[in-house]
Amino acid sequence: MAKQHGLIAKFDTPAGIMHAAEKVRDAGFKKWDVIAPFPLHGLDTAMGIKRSPVGRFTIVGGTIGLVSGMLMIWFTSASDLSLPYMEGYQLIVGGKPLFSPQYAFPVAYEMTILFSAFASIGGMFILNKLPMHYHPVLKYKDVAASSDDTFFLYIENEDPQFDEDKTRAFLGELEPLEVGELEE
Amino acid sequence: MASAHSITAEVKPAILDEVNPVDIPRPALVGHNRSFNWITEKICGIVEEKTPTWWWVCFVLACGSASFTVMGLVYLVATGTGVWGLANPANWGWAIVNFVFWIGIGHAGTLISAILCLLRQKWRTSINRAAEAMTIFAVVCAGIFPVFHVGRVWMAWFLFPIPNANAIWPNFRSALLWDVFAVSTYGTVSVLFWYVGLIPDLASVRDRAKNKIRQFLYGIFAMGWRGSNRQWSNYEMCYLILAGLSTPLVLSVHTIVSFDFAISLLPGWHTTIFPPYFVAGAIFSGFGMVLTLMLPLRAIYRLEDLITQYHIDCMTKIILATGTMVGYAYTMEFFIAAYGANDFEIFAFVNRAFGNFAWAYWIMISCNVISPQLFWFKKVRQNTAMVWVITIFVNIGMWFERFVIAVTTLTRDFVPSSWGYFSPTIIDIFTYVGTFGVFSVLFLLFLRFLPLMAIAEIKAVTPQADPHKH
Repeated sequence: MAKQHGLIAKFDTPAGIMHAAEKVRDAGFKKWDVIAPFPLHGLDTAMGIKRSPVGRFTIVGGTIGLVSGMLMIWFTSASDLSLPYMEGYQLIVGGKPLFSPQYAFPVAYEMTILFSAFASIGGMFILNKLPMHYHPVLKYKDVAASSDDTFFLYIENEDPQFDEDKTRAFLGELEPLEVGELEE
Repeated sequence: MASAHSITAEVKPAILDEVNPVDIPRPALVGHNRSFNWITEKICGIVEEKTPTWWWVCFVLACGSASFTVMGLVYLVATGTGVWGLANPANWGWAIVNFVFWIGIGHAGTLISAILCLLRQKWRTSINRAAEAMTIFAVVCAGIFPVFHVGRVWMAWFLFPIPNANAIWPNFRSALLWDVFAVSTYGTVSVLFWYVGLIPDLASVRDRAKNKIRQFLYGIFAMGWRGSNRQWSNYEMCYLILAGLSTPLVLSVHTIVSFDFAISLLPGWHTTIFPPYFVAGAIFSGFGMVLTLMLPLRAIYRLEDLITQYHIDCMTKIILATGTMVGYAYTMEFFIAAYGANDFEIFAFVNRAFGNFAWAYWIMISCNVISPQLFWFKKVRQNTAMVWVITIFVNIGMWFERFVIAVTTLTRDFVPSSWGYFSPTIIDIFTYVGTFGVFSVLFLLFLRFLPLMAIAEIKAVTPQADPHKH
């Protein structure tokens, strides 16, 4: 038999998975997860998941976007700097000052949003470790139903509290439809 | 006196001791209390079924129509922008009109997906996917016009600050360059937002796939999504942030599009009301287009339980509200012209309503201001055929709005010796009609290959998704 990855329990109602998640959280397990077809309201609290840090990526991306937008406009139309492969050019338009943040704002603003969006999505992919085309859960026999109407909860055998028999009995107490084994 | 006393006794105190909110049932967002599985089957079924005959008929017609645009553009590149009816004084003709028209259409998609998401309007879930697709395809159609309007289209890359041998940089003081950044950012972020929304649903299609090729292709794009709640947590935050970013983005894009006109010095264009008025108009036309597309789909795919009468009511009410705002803006332009006591400004507006383009002006007023007023009546909102016809009027009216703005001002500028009349050429007409084909081709491909509704999001707003309900 293939190496065991953990134990998985199947539920068919949001209430069932929610109560089960609360009990697993309170039992002190660390390496476990819930598989759901849609984001369940309140499940993060039930699992004890902290607020997602995606926003930190966004603020970094946004700041880079704003600064690089302003610098780009200053360099191309208000400076006479010489950089490798490109040179600034002091472009006088209508006798106005070479640079002012007002006229640079619309473009810098759009770049702020563009960079923020890329950073948020990049951050989400990094935090979720996507793309990940192989995962033990995806191999479980009826996990395909998890993108339809079924909920799963699994505890990895890497978890410090994991004990084959005790954990199986514990999962059984959560009133699942069935408890199965996840293979590596 | 006795009767007066009894009246005061009936009056309720201003501050109640306790508040008993009336238990008004919220309208169901999914009709007939459908199960999760029904939703999956219904939406994935559309992608999985054998390609229906009507699809092929529409696809062939759309390709034929799209070829008009292709031929029009080939002829333009081979000959010059003169093949469009652009001549002094109207050097902005249908190109800018069509550009603003299509960009405006796109705005409802972002409004539905971003602003309604922030406002927690749950009814958005069954229309946001198709509306976002509409946004992206509308931006594609919009982009064609300015890019080819530059004349030497092979030099269009000069619009971007790319280091080149001549050391020429674009002029960042020009609103047209702001447009380049606004529209390209808008297109990119719309695609990203759409794709992020698609990931869980692509996973649904992947899990249901019957053959290896399908499983592989949908699998690649699903990124190995497995619906883990630790992933959902980050995903939801990312989606919320994208909604938060798209909201100022969509407002800024049409603001910047209106700057193309507003920061010039021409009477009729040089007004501060343009940004809010353009944004309201964009949302108005976009919702018109969403309904134009979704009502036939609802009938063909029997989606009445997912796009309920409540959804149609919400959208028609937004059309009514924004249509009225647009009407208010038209009136306010006249008021400001009169109040500003600037002869040129007054002339520009009187000329708009009663000059040689008065026909276009009154088409605009009847389609944009008068026709949506019918949505005050419940009977009209419940009559799908009538709603559809009115949305067509909205689309026509909004095209004429841009035409009126661009053309009346250009053909009657400060110097009477340069006054003229604008007439489109056959190439103008072909190129424009063809963009509807381009749009339809893309939209039909979307219907065929991607889930047209956000499956996971719809499930999340059904009553049985509430874990506290037993």
